Amino acid sequence: MDDSKMNFSGFFRRLVALCRKETRQILRDPSSNLIAFVLPVALLFIYSYGINLDSTSVSIGLVLEDSSREARQFADSFIGSPYMKVVTSLNRAEMEQAIMETTVRGFVVIPEDFARRLQRPTDTAPLLVVTDGTEPNLASFVENYTRGAWQNWLQHRADEHGRKFTTAISLEPRYWFNPSAESRNFIIPGAITVIMTVIGALLTSLVIAREWERGTMEALLATPVTRAELLLSKIIPYYALGIVSLLICVAVAVFALHVPFRGSLWVLLMVSSLFLFSALGFGLLLSTMTRNQFNAAQGALNGAFLPALILSGFIYEIRSMPLIIQAVTYLIPARYFVNAMHTLFMAGNIWSVLLRNMFFLAIASVFFLGLTALKTRRRLE
Amino acid sequence: MYYRIKTLVIKELQTLLRDPQGRRLLIIPVFLQLALFPLASTLEVTNNTLAVLNEDGGSASFELIQRFSHAKAFKETLTLQSEDELRQTIDQQKALVVLRFPPDFSRSVAAGRPVMIQAIMDGRRSNGGQIAFGYLQQILQTYLDERDVATSRIPISKVVVRHWFNPNLEYTWFVVPSLVAIITTISTLIVTSLSVAREREHGTLDQLLVSPLTPGMIMIGKAVPALLVAMFQGTIILLGGIFIYQVPFQGSFLLLYASMICYILALVGFGLLISSICATQQQAFLGVFSFVMPAILLSGYVSPIDNMPVWLQHLTWANPLRHFILIVKSIFLKNAPAAVVLQSVWPLLLIAVATSTTANLFFRKHVV
Amino acid sequence: MSEVIAILENVGKLFPKAKKSAVEDVSAQIQTGLVTGLVGPDGAGKTTLIRLMAGLLAPTSGRLRIDGGDPIADAARLRENIGYMPQKFGLYEDLSVEENLTLYADLRGVIGAERETAFKRLLDFTDLVRFTNRLAGKLSGGMKQKLGLACALLGKPRILLLDEPGVGVDPISRRELWKMVKDLVAQGMAVVWSTAYLDEAELCGQVILMNEGKLIFAGVPSVMTERMNGRCFLIQSCQGSRRQLLTRALRRPEVMDGVIQGHSVRLVLRKGAAAPKLSELQAGPECVTTPVASRFEDAFIDALGGGPGGESLLAERMRSIPGPKETVIKAGNLTKKFGDFAAADQVTFSVARGEIFGLLGPNGAGKSTTFRMMCGLLAPTSGTARVMGIDLAHSASKARQRLGYMAQKFSLYSSLSVLQNLEFFSGVYGLRGAKQQTQIDEMVEVFKFGPFLDVTPDTLPLGFKQRMALACAVMHEPDILFLDEPTSGVDPVTRREFWTHINGLVEKGVTVMVTTHFMDEAEYCDRVALVYRGGIIAAGTPDDLKQSVASTNNPDPSMEDAFIELVGRNEPVNG
Repeated sequence: MDDSKMNFSGFFRRLVALCRKETRQILRDPSSNLIAFVLPVALLFIYSYGINLDSTSVSIGLVLEDSSREARQFADSFIGSPYMKVVTSLNRAEMEQAIMETTVRGFVVIPEDFARRLQRPTDTAPLLVVTDGTEPNLASFVENYTRGAWQNWLQHRADEHGRKFTTAISLEPRYWFNPSAESRNFIIPGAITVIMTVIGALLTSLVIAREWERGTMEALLATPVTRAELLLSKIIPYYALGIVSLLICVAVAVFALHVPFRGSLWVLLMVSSLFLFSALGFGLLLSTMTRNQFNAAQGALNGAFLPALILSGFIYEIRSMPLIIQAVTYLIPARYFVNAMHTLFMAGNIWSVLLRNMFFLAIASVFFLGLTALKTRRRLE
Repeated sequence: MYYRIKTLVIKELQTLLRDPQGRRLLIIPVFLQLALFPLASTLEVTNNTLAVLNEDGGSASFELIQRFSHAKAFKETLTLQSEDELRQTIDQQKALVVLRFPPDFSRSVAAGRPVMIQAIMDGRRSNGGQIAFGYLQQILQTYLDERDVATSRIPISKVVVRHWFNPNLEYTWFVVPSLVAIITTISTLIVTSLSVAREREHGTLDQLLVSPLTPGMIMIGKAVPALLVAMFQGTIILLGGIFIYQVPFQGSFLLLYASMICYILALVGFGLLISSICATQQQAFLGVFSFVMPAILLSGYVSPIDNMPVWLQHLTWANPLRHFILIVKSIFLKNAPAAVVLQSVWPLLLIAVATSTTANLFFRKHVV
Repeated sequence: MSEVIAILENVGKLFPKAKKSAVEDVSAQIQTGLVTGLVGPDGAGKTTLIRLMAGLLAPTSGRLRIDGGDPIADAARLRENIGYMPQKFGLYEDLSVEENLTLYADLRGVIGAERETAFKRLLDFTDLVRFTNRLAGKLSGGMKQKLGLACALLGKPRILLLDEPGVGVDPISRRELWKMVKDLVAQGMAVVWSTAYLDEAELCGQVILMNEGKLIFAGVPSVMTERMNGRCFLIQSCQGSRRQLLTRALRRPEVMDGVIQGHSVRLVLRKGAAAPKLSELQAGPECVTTPVASRFEDAFIDALGGGPGGESLLAERMRSIPGPKETVIKAGNLTKKFGDFAAADQVTFSVARGEIFGLLGPNGAGKSTTFRMMCGLLAPTSGTARVMGIDLAHSASKARQRLGYMAQKFSLYSSLSVLQNLEFFSGVYGLRGAKQQTQIDEMVEVFKFGPFLDVTPDTLPLGFKQRMALACAVMHEPDILFLDEPTSGVDPVTRREFWTHINGLVEKGVTVMVTTHFMDEAEYCDRVALVYRGGIIAAGTPDDLKQSVASTNNPDPSMEDAFIELVGRNEPVNG
């Protein structure tokens, strides 16, 4: 009885001592601070301003071969858009050169017989759109935009002639959770996932390896420290660091970048904790197995960071990937976290989605932490 | 002098290639990324689910639903019964788009009254939704055009679209050339900065510095192997792109490799700069990481430069990757002439001169 | 009261994938109240044996009993009784002295009032009271070692395992540490002290002497040393070059081993052999022979079958460097400041052609800084560093062509094979074609690299790396050789071989500048400068320096005595 009580207090004393040590080391290491506090905010701003999937100021050319009133009317409705920087020109060759030089993403030609064919009742006046296919999304955007402007122009023209013109059937888009369809609203929660991966996996992949390289692990192993204490003392401080960094990120996202957050904070903390455990587990596993900072970091980069970047559904649609790659994404914890974060930020506490993701994150955490515990040896071999 | 540089280069290559782990590190990530990126990083929408809440039941809505469900974005179509079900479908991410046809849809169409179909999309995937919406709109347009033809109404005007250099807007055609640029970037930086840091850690840098080699020669000795490795890896991606992904190479290989050399020189400057600030391989690794990540994000690969705020667009001018991605795409897909490529090459040369001069200064200051 | 606390019975350790056992069939006993020296050169298996005792490794054969238990099965109990200090002291460099102590106190369950008394006792004992708030990484080597010891001593272990506590520590700190260990032993603790310095063995109550994993001797060191009694003597007041004298002496079959000791030559005879006649050694008429006390090192070399001989095949193949005996290396008021701290302050000296000049001093005293400024790796804040009249930091690479440089820790390219390393370094110095091939072939022949040409140096023992480093430094036949700690960590036989080559090169006219903290190595130098706190506190021939501290108590001081005395004289009074 008394003995087990002794062990228990010893466990806590040693655990607190090790955690205190780890925390001091984190706070005194400039590169940890950089990665935990500076990089997240910097990345958040880069993602917020640099990664914008909503086209806002695309350069587009307009070749006015026809100078009729009709043509100019179209040109006016085309130019007056906030989404476009329109460059007008009188000959096609100039625009062809511009597209080659990538100074415009596409151009619209109003052919010289445009007005004439428009007047002829048996003829259809064509509007020619050329896009730069090397940037497929912008090409689609240019096409869609031109079609829109063209529709408006037809409408306007019909009104002017006192005729009724409507497209008989139209599609009306509505984006739930994100009415103006701002890409920032889903990119920022995704970026937080990438940041959590960097802190959870990349940073911890270094910590046990560092103790081996510096020879301090040897000294620790010669003391009465147990395996559980050793592991917990690595998990707890880095977990706390991850949560602090998460809160900073969320605060920046909500207050500085005005991303909506519709879920509850405690659910966010719960989901993030589960994800952090899996990332920490992965990092510690690498660190334990390689005992070499460089190899561990390489592993974390290829095994956690890259997948979180491209296979998590954060920018690229998972559903649109080939089946085999979709299958691979099921093995990546970041996938579940991204999904949960998107739901929490934009849709709120939708439990059916959240619970499913939390379930898989919990499995990943148990797997990686359990494997790390198995691989942790009390000896040097 | 040439002989000494040759000795340095041979040593560097032996270092890289002798260790099996090192050899693996040069090859495996390249193939992994060649397999992963073009397939995974796509902004096309396929394989998704369309849901339909049809309150109408007439023939027009039936025909349209048939057409919509054959859009390339969708693999399956769900039929919904109620508004409740609609809400759940979106909430639980069962479908990307839900189309809602109003009760009098078919009658209105027949009567020629304007009528509207609601397309409700999951805002959590607004980007995919937008793209899918574009597909749907094209399908609707085709339907309307065909109806016009059928009723022999002649439209007064039409839009004729030509996508140059990539007629079907294949996303892999965009990814492969960009990947050539990204792979060369990562390998050049890793090879240069880590090799200097490694020499510093192992103490061999001192031995080079007391030898008759000049700092300039040492830097060239580090640049040439990086050049060879990067060109080798770039070539793998290039061949993979041409033969596996069937992306047509339109331009001149000579021009591509000539500009690749300029690009790698610009990067070597960055690599040496990073390594001259860092004392250990560890720090150099984190340094490369902190450089590469923003460089890729702000290169136009993830999202177009055009969409960035203007001040950021100016800032990306200093990002060598931005210029090189443009160069590779222009040569690869557009068969751009030398004069056009040159417009992107001279910023690279400027960056190369600036970074290598700074690196040289740092290099002398740090060690001497 | 001495009792046996640890028993090793036929202990062996074979690492997975290793061809050879790291420790093979070692049997020994460790007693309380004694310092047990675990002695042997690099690669002898000392660290493995200590780790086996600490329960950090499991033996592959044999049995260990520590304090009545098995180090692995009874780990929970034994950890309380075993104090262990690993090679790098096991300190967290980014924690302060107090934080390190608190951490280990918590881990070892030293709490409450017990902790306070323990801290007070240990801080007094180690004299670290003034530095409790300093980060461990900012401590000098000696202080780190004391802190490491204090951490290992928390919880009052019955057996203390110290892995190479003397490495990288200057003689003064080493002496203090020995004093501390003696105190502990007097209180009844058992201390295991592993070391590659054979002179430390003589201070131990008993030794376990190992070489290449095998036990050579276990017992009282004097038993070993006494075997050599009557076989050691000193040749003094000889004329002509003492280096050539040593070479001639070592040629004789009856001479087992010999080293230079200042102006004299110290020889050890083979068992039962008579001393060679002085006339046969052409040592000059005034030469005298004095018998001297034997050392543990003599016994060690005897156990290995004798020294390496006195001929340098390397020097034979090198060209002679003609030229008058003029100054070739000159430092004038050389100063290097890092912020406010002067790492080197007004250092002035000069070295003549064909001389061996040694920079001697404790760690952090400034000898490395001075050395690096001389070979152009560090720009001085003020003053001049000239080699052959040229400032190397700004020189044309042509001047550097005439230097050879051997870096600390023998830095070679660990990912290149031995042959590729040789090709690289010769290529860098502009050797090519047939000339390059002959030079490489000669190095391979002289140093017997033949079987290892395709192996990477990091898989080879330290002594081999050291030979490689020397080969790479001299292939282009330099006029001047810079050697930075050229023999640290290597065994005495390799060390003798190394100095044979250096002596041979110097006879050909090569000038050598060397840094070292090995006191007996300083004896090889023609002149030494003692660097302390950034300045030269004494300079002269080794004999001069020793003579300058001779007193009635110590009429024949060693180099180490001289060092400690001279540093002590320059210590500021208030400490």
